[in-house]
Amino acid sequence: MQMKDMMRWLLLAALLAGSRGALAVLTIEITQGMEGASPIAVVPFATPAGVTLPEDIAAIISSNLRRSGRFAPLPEADLIARPREAADVRFQDWRVLGVGDLVIGRVLQPAPGRYEVQFQLFDVFRSRQLTGYSIPARPDELRRVAHRISDLIYETLTGEPGAFDTRIAYVTAEQGAEGKRYALQVADSDGHNSRTVLRSPQPLMSPAWSSDGQQLAYVSFEGRKAAIYVQDVGTGARSEVAAFDGINGAPAWSPDGRRLAVTLSRDGNPEIYVLHLADKRLQRLTNNAAIDTEPAWSPDGNHLVFTSDRGGAPQLYRMDSRGGNVERLSFEGNYNAGADYSADGKRLTLVHRDGRNYRIAVLELDSKRLRVLTDGSLDESPSFAPNGSMIIYATSVGGRGVLAAVSADGRFRQRLTLSGGDVREPAWSPVLRR
Amino acid sequence: MKQQMKMWSGLVLAFGLVLTLSACGTRGKAPLDATVEDRGSSAGGAGTGTEALGVQDYGRLGMEALQDPASPLYQRVVYFEFDSSTLSEADQEILAAHAAFLAGHPELTVALEGHTDERGSREYNIGLGESRGQAVRRQLEFQGVRPDQIRVVSYGEERPAADGHDESAWRLNRRVELVYGGQ
Repeated sequence: MQMKDMMRWLLLAALLAGSRGALAVLTIEITQGMEGASPIAVVPFATPAGVTLPEDIAAIISSNLRRSGRFAPLPEADLIARPREAADVRFQDWRVLGVGDLVIGRVLQPAPGRYEVQFQLFDVFRSRQLTGYSIPARPDELRRVAHRISDLIYETLTGEPGAFDTRIAYVTAEQGAEGKRYALQVADSDGHNSRTVLRSPQPLMSPAWSSDGQQLAYVSFEGRKAAIYVQDVGTGARSEVAAFDGINGAPAWSPDGRRLAVTLSRDGNPEIYVLHLADKRLQRLTNNAAIDTEPAWSPDGNHLVFTSDRGGAPQLYRMDSRGGNVERLSFEGNYNAGADYSADGKRLTLVHRDGRNYRIAVLELDSKRLRVLTDGSLDESPSFAPNGSMIIYATSVGGRGVLAAVSADGRFRQRLTLSGGDVREPAWSPVLRR
Repeated sequence: MKQQMKMWSGLVLAFGLVLTLSACGTRGKAPLDATVEDRGSSAGGAGTGTEALGVQDYGRLGMEALQDPASPLYQRVVYFEFDSSTLSEADQEILAAHAAFLAGHPELTVALEGHTDERGSREYNIGLGESRGQAVRRQLEFQGVRPDQIRVVSYGEERPAADGHDESAWRLNRRVELVYGGQ
């Protein structure tokens, strides 16, 4: 059983976006399937008689597993049985269907407004349970619990952590009656629960997550000049942290969350600085007449990768966290920019010009091997999932900005389209604090 | 039209030379309400005649000169090649007129808004827009404009002038706009 190469499906329904209740629909479409995705059955979770859950947990899990490109969940209509508990499972039935793994679950309601979500994952061919947990949840936590269960299933079956219980931040631009309207939004990694955290009539740019996933740094041109802000995603409280003359751009959090690497042009041309958030102290890292920008911290905090045209065209360089020992990293082609580290620190994803096209590539830091993953012409802003399995990026379809994701091996692709307006600059959050 | 442009070019070049020779140039206290002098036109200049404007005269022109389609001051956008911050000769002529105007009006300020086309990385494009703005700043300062009259803002690819996705739009978007204070 294999996934079709061009399997298309619609996942998401209407979402309420923003405080004004504007209706935005984010659609995820798989544009290139993966051969050899593992067949898995996720049985709808049983509920107490008369209780209708606000979320379909099994459907969320199925969607997540399918979106990973690694699994091919059985369509609900093809489920030959709906076991509620382990004792109800007849493994031979599922073996006949060629299903390797089976997920069952049930939701209990110990008290009004409180749920207990239980699930079990079985290896069908060995007839044994691989994992199972019972997780308490309020009604508004059911989606999150479904994402956490998805992470547990993914990790058990692949040996790698999941990245479903994460978020993405992105910027939208819509043409309004009085010009463009910009918004910074945050959504679950499946596109659900999108909400606007900032609106502005002036451009917004470069959202960057703190390593605990609680704060976003970004650039806002409110007041017709650039400034960097830090905003708490939960409370919405924000503060301006850099508003020097000229560029205030490209914020990147240090892994310890105490510093921001930023690009400033206050000393004449774009240079990279480290801003110590506690006392606003500035430390200059680059000193070059060229454009130096787009800093990204290595996960261990010891290095920063950045873009510079000091060699005549934009290429990636690496320096230590004090600005010393500068080393050029990219050599293929004459445009490599906008790098993001994988969480294991072994790879970068970046924008690479391939002929006339701007595409997303991965650079292996050890071998310096560069591999182009996408086939668009205006692909940009790549951001690794925290588990390194996927890269989300911005692309253009019919002249409109949309988001897309590609597996780190390039074999699997999907597209996230927002109804109306452009979507751009996705940033994948780190693993959220539990 | 082309002839008219050529004539302007000659004037501006001559003016630039004088300015260069006289270092910072003049910072005349001429009244802002001076009007464009019409001294007749030779090269088929319809509308306002332009021929006989003297070298220092840009500095004496009033704000309305910015609205005169026949004046180089009317051109407040300069364009760039891909991934380049190099000023073309034609741009230097336009900028010489603005430099004279600003030098003659030290009370005026100008924002240099640098832009790029949509291709490539957004923050790199912010850097590129800044470089373009700084190139224009340097040119203006060489010709007598005081540093505190100039502010550079880079918008990168965030505020395109043309919305298309091909070279015909991109070449209009690789630009620096001169935005006079209060505009």
